[in-house]
Amino acid sequence: MSINGKAYIAGAFEHPTRKAPDKSTAQLHAECARGALADAGLAMQDVDGYFCAGDAPGSGGFSVANHLGLKLRHIDCTETGGSSYIVHVNHAAQAIAAGKCNVALITLSGRPRSEGAAGTSFSNQGASGMVVYSRGMGVPDEPFELPYGSATINMYAMVAMRHMYEFGTTSEQLAWVKVAASQHAQHNPNAMLREVLTVKDVLDSPLIADPLRRMDCCVVSDGGGALVVTRPEIARQLPRPLVKIRGAAEALKHQMGGKVDLSYSAGAASGPLAFAEAKVTPADIKYASIYDSFTITVIVQIEDLGFCKKGDGGKFVADGNLISGSGKLPFNTDGGGLCNNHPANRGGMTKVIEAVRQLRGEAHPRVQVKNCDIALAHGTGGSLGHRHGSATVILERE
Amino acid sequence: MATPYRERTITDPQMNTGDEPYFEAAAQGRLVLKQCGDCGEYHHYPRSFCPFCQSENVSWRDAKGTGTVYSYSIMRRGTPVPFCIAYVTLAEGVTMVTNIVDCDLDSVRVGQPVKVTFKKSEGGISMPMFTPI
Repeated sequence: MSINGKAYIAGAFEHPTRKAPDKSTAQLHAECARGALADAGLAMQDVDGYFCAGDAPGSGGFSVANHLGLKLRHIDCTETGGSSYIVHVNHAAQAIAAGKCNVALITLSGRPRSEGAAGTSFSNQGASGMVVYSRGMGVPDEPFELPYGSATINMYAMVAMRHMYEFGTTSEQLAWVKVAASQHAQHNPNAMLREVLTVKDVLDSPLIADPLRRMDCCVVSDGGGALVVTRPEIARQLPRPLVKIRGAAEALKHQMGGKVDLSYSAGAASGPLAFAEAKVTPADIKYASIYDSFTITVIVQIEDLGFCKKGDGGKFVADGNLISGSGKLPFNTDGGGLCNNHPANRGGMTKVIEAVRQLRGEAHPRVQVKNCDIALAHGTGGSLGHRHGSATVILERE
Repeated sequence: MATPYRERTITDPQMNTGDEPYFEAAAQGRLVLKQCGDCGEYHHYPRSFCPFCQSENVSWRDAKGTGTVYSYSIMRRGTPVPFCIAYVTLAEGVTMVTNIVDCDLDSVRVGQPVKVTFKKSEGGISMPMFTPI
């Protein structure tokens, strides 16, 4: 069964906060939920399907559903890290197509900035040493990784180092990804980093984990977002522009029993599946939201999605090719995770939200892509260097 | 630029049931791998079955203890002491997360030949690490 045309994104909301020490995570989920429903012209009572991931307090979605007062006939708490919310769009469309729900609400929120949990290393300096994050009891890989100081940033750094070795990618090329994001972020009043950066600025920032520098990293921010997905008959009655889900797919990649290959991501599987379902090709995409936890993440995913040949991602992003208005592939026009926002250390939600803005013509006028009729949002959750889930969604303005 | 290797505090591995022989071998200065008796594949980290063919006919083998650096990164911030994390591809074909030690960390390169050595965690558990040959 294809989901092409079976569901629409009717509401999208990005919380404007970037630091929320005075609000609970549940409160932020509630504010995001209300924001997306108001955007759609729907009410909390209309929601009959709820989707959340590991950022939701409590387990299994019970706590947030309870907090919001939801009455549900469908729930899905699929957890694939930062890509979860793109997976949720896919699952919501499937559930709607199968008649399991009519109005699906997807929420994300978190406060890593207020709580001092960057997930990466550089905020965790102290006499006690490097903070090591365990993912819980009984994780089979951890005894063989954590004692070696395995962290988010140095595992992504190893992807970058290998990419440089195999394909000749340079630090300057990585820097171009940040430069493009900063060009967009200057127009976003909510963005954490609004300063326009040059390649030299990025190269002058300190090395955190070779070859990644501080400016190769995304921001650490509080905040959240939410989406409302609904069936075509309901979407057509709402006052908002119609954003149709044309195709979506997800895939997983891991260490394959020790046959490690860092040259590609699970996007190499999810991308082609989503394009096939949407019946479009990379050449049809006018705007792309590409998860940008680090600059290298963008380069690997652009290759895997077929915007350029494997190994050519560095050359592709250079010279401003990702900048809206001048580049071939306008990306992350909100400033992305690199400059705008990375709520709960999970970037998938904001990727979908900015794609919806572009399709509705509601991006900032300075970064709005002309005639933006088909857009893509793609995310990687987990760690590109260990285990991760990728998800791709292709959307069309109707 | 030179970044000499410095000893750092290594957190203890939180072993799961079945991992003990790996670390007991490490305490004796041996790096061991699981090999499948049916399909012949080595795998890492060790499991009680082969992740390639699902056979439970797997047994511990002594690895040669040599390999090459598949990728690496020197962690310079957020850590009291710089250290080099790496994926090393062993002679047996499997690639493992490890550290490169006992050298100028800035001299580490992808493709560099390395051999196993062992460093103790804070609780005294031996961890296989690698140093340039």
